[in-house]
Amino acid sequence: MLPLSSTLELSQAANLGLAVLLGFGFGFVLERAGFGSARKLTAVFYFYDMAVVKVMFTAIVTTMAGLFALSTAGVLDLAELYVEPTSYAGAIVGGLVFGVGFLVGGYCPGTSVAACATGRLDGFAFLAGMLGGVYLFAELLSGVDAWVRESAVGELTLPTLTGLSMGWYVLLFIGILVVAGLAMRAAEKRFAGLRPPG
Amino acid sequence: MNATIPATPRPPGAREQPYWNPYAVGALLGLVLLASYLVAGRGLGATGAFSSIAAWIANAISPGHALANPVHARYLASGSPLTAWLVFLLIGAFAGAALSGWLAGRTRFMIEKGPRLSGAQRLATAAGGGMVAGIGAKIAMGCTSGQALTGGSILNVGSLVFMGSVFAAAYAAAWILRKEWL
Repeated sequence: MLPLSSTLELSQAANLGLAVLLGFGFGFVLERAGFGSARKLTAVFYFYDMAVVKVMFTAIVTTMAGLFALSTAGVLDLAELYVEPTSYAGAIVGGLVFGVGFLVGGYCPGTSVAACATGRLDGFAFLAGMLGGVYLFAELLSGVDAWVRESAVGELTLPTLTGLSMGWYVLLFIGILVVAGLAMRAAEKRFAGLRPPG
Repeated sequence: MNATIPATPRPPGAREQPYWNPYAVGALLGLVLLASYLVAGRGLGATGAFSSIAAWIANAISPGHALANPVHARYLASGSPLTAWLVFLLIGAFAGAALSGWLAGRTRFMIEKGPRLSGAQRLATAAGGGMVAGIGAKIAMGCTSGQALTGGSILNVGSLVFMGSVFAAAYAAAWILRKEWL
């Protein structure tokens, strides 16, 4: 029965080895997608290269379909998977702040690591700034942290919120991906002139 | 237009290769995330490792102060297995990205920036943006990896709201600050 973590007690060394292995795959595909480049990442906000949305959305649909198929086949217990508690306030306020930082900084935390690994100096600057931000948050904004955690409503997924089963959402997300894929292809043609020289 | 310092040696004869097809690489990313769920019972994340490092720095400066801080203290719990897991995940990510970039001939010291910015200006926006993104990720209890990708794929309501907020703010900022990138 999956996940392995629910049935198998791995040694700490084996656990950390797995973390490195999974991280390796994560970093490899991020770089292959072009996510080690701030210009590639921010291009999505000017519509001339929508790769960020294509990659993220395809990844989400792939994982979702896999989780659904394996749980339907009875080999995966979805209840054993970690779901971060939902805080609407945290998600909205944090998302807005994060979005501005993403656009100005040109990276998000994971992609800045891919940028550093391929020698991007702005990646190192982002990483240092990010570490400073996380440090400042702990020192100055622990009240905000407590407020967000108190406002959390617990584990909440769309199937439990709406009563519609996961399978319908898999179909819905595949449908959205197809429509969005066509729309993005049109957008990339239309906004191709925005691509900066060089 | 980009400040390129051709200092790093590259594999002989290697020319910069194009990125992989976004849908194909997206499916691969989805499989890595799925593997993480199946093996560890949880998805991927990047912000947690930074929180751990910040807590370690605070602890090195003053252990009493760090343990009294509720945010730092969460990452200092003795032998906290999750803390180490996230840091090792990020170390692996660095290695994987380094290999991928190297094999594709994309590794070199340079600054990624819009054509109007100087290198120094771009380093300042990267550091400033990183700081803002770090604070945002802490408020949201996760970032594009731990919230958007990991939570989105399991239909976590908070993660989907987070994703909407991130894109709304980033598209608005992209219009206002278009001279940074165009």
